[in-house]
Amino acid sequence: MSTTPKSDAAEETAVPSSDAAVTTQQEISAEIEELASAAQHAGGEARQPSIDYPPYRSSILRHPTKDLRHADPETIERWAPCFGHRDVHPLEADLTIGAHAGTNSQVSGEPIGERITVSGRVVDGEGRPVAGQLVEIWQANAAGRYVHKNEQHPAPLDPNFTGVGRCLTGPDGSYHFQTIKPGPYPWGNHRNAWRPAHIHFSIFGNAFTQRLVTQMYFPGDPLFALDPIYQAITDQKARDALLATYDHDLTVPEYSMGYRWDIVLTGGDRTWMEPEEPKEHSE
Amino acid sequence: MITPGQTVGPFFGQALPYDGGNELVPVGRPDAIRLHGFVHDGDGTPIPDAMIEIWQADATGRVPRETGSLHRDGWTFTGWGRAETERTGHYSFTTVRPGPTEEGKAPFFAVVVFARGLLDRLFTRIYLPGHPANDDDPLLASLTEEERATLVATDEPTGLRFDIRLQGEGETVFLQHD
Repeated sequence: MSTTPKSDAAEETAVPSSDAAVTTQQEISAEIEELASAAQHAGGEARQPSIDYPPYRSSILRHPTKDLRHADPETIERWAPCFGHRDVHPLEADLTIGAHAGTNSQVSGEPIGERITVSGRVVDGEGRPVAGQLVEIWQANAAGRYVHKNEQHPAPLDPNFTGVGRCLTGPDGSYHFQTIKPGPYPWGNHRNAWRPAHIHFSIFGNAFTQRLVTQMYFPGDPLFALDPIYQAITDQKARDALLATYDHDLTVPEYSMGYRWDIVLTGGDRTWMEPEEPKEHSE
Repeated sequence: MITPGQTVGPFFGQALPYDGGNELVPVGRPDAIRLHGFVHDGDGTPIPDAMIEIWQADATGRVPRETGSLHRDGWTFTGWGRAETERTGHYSFTTVRPGPTEEGKAPFFAVVVFARGLLDRLFTRIYLPGHPANDDDPLLASLTEEERATLVATDEPTGLRFDIRLQGEGETVFLQHD
């Protein structure tokens, strides 16, 4: 139990350089590769991100070291908060109308970038639609810049783009956003680190235990292999579940491109992958 | 395939927190309490970019089914709140103590924790100190005394204090719901 291949590998990478300025992409990529092959050998590739994932440096001091405790959901956890039209204005689903949707902002210009529709369905683990629930998104602008006080990337801000949107799912669990395609952006994890382009999603289910915050990526991004946040999910099929697909049916002629991304919430059936259960086989 | 989680990252501040998010009831209401604390990392350093959400029954134990959390009217109890940590790693809610959803059950705040550096969200619970039903709660009963202490708030004159430690000594017990 104490000597699974996974924990040996973790041991070797447990004390990475904390000097982000000198750690190279090659070193990060080597750590990613090592953890991926360790997970494969342990037969437990993670369908959820490994919260203990040293290549993502900020995770080192911010992940619990003890196992999650099983708790049968109590009544309150089997319900979720309700959101309605009192909470969300329909225009908040359109990030291209300039500045804060649903407010009386005077800004009316259009944001720079490739216009896209992002649409899909939120369903539970049994394929049932999650209807009338809140979906929130936030993203960088086309130049890879966020509107945020801590943002240091010297790419241009877009006065017509806040990168923030909300909507409620329809009766069939569908959501629909109009936005622009975000750019990749540099970050401080290591020297010359770049995140693949992504849109952050915050999703509520029918039960509190289905709460999900995640990121949607675009197909074919050359940065996938280099990114320790995306690679913290070691199971390729699970990683693929974060990729939108180009959908020509969602495009608008002479106006915008379209991407489809469906979201499947768990009831909590398989949340963590850490190798608590050693594989039962003899070498 | 279940959609995996990803970290909330550093830039959620523009999108997720909102005015009144942490005021489930108006400050100053006679039965209002302050539920607050710090979020710490494995070095004991406060985390200035975490976000806490709570979801709870009302004082009578009823599970709220009302909308309006994002634009509170000051009268409707929706049972849900969101607070980001400040520069000091401190978070704070104004709310009421939840009642038991069934007779004899230990009431608690259901909690979910997000932070930059935390690759997936974490669930936990905040139990009320000294509540007689705590002794019969299946989760609390399954924990050591030290672990149990991480899930029970501390009484204060103005309400409840609950610190969250993501790692290390006094690490908060986090949950999975199978």
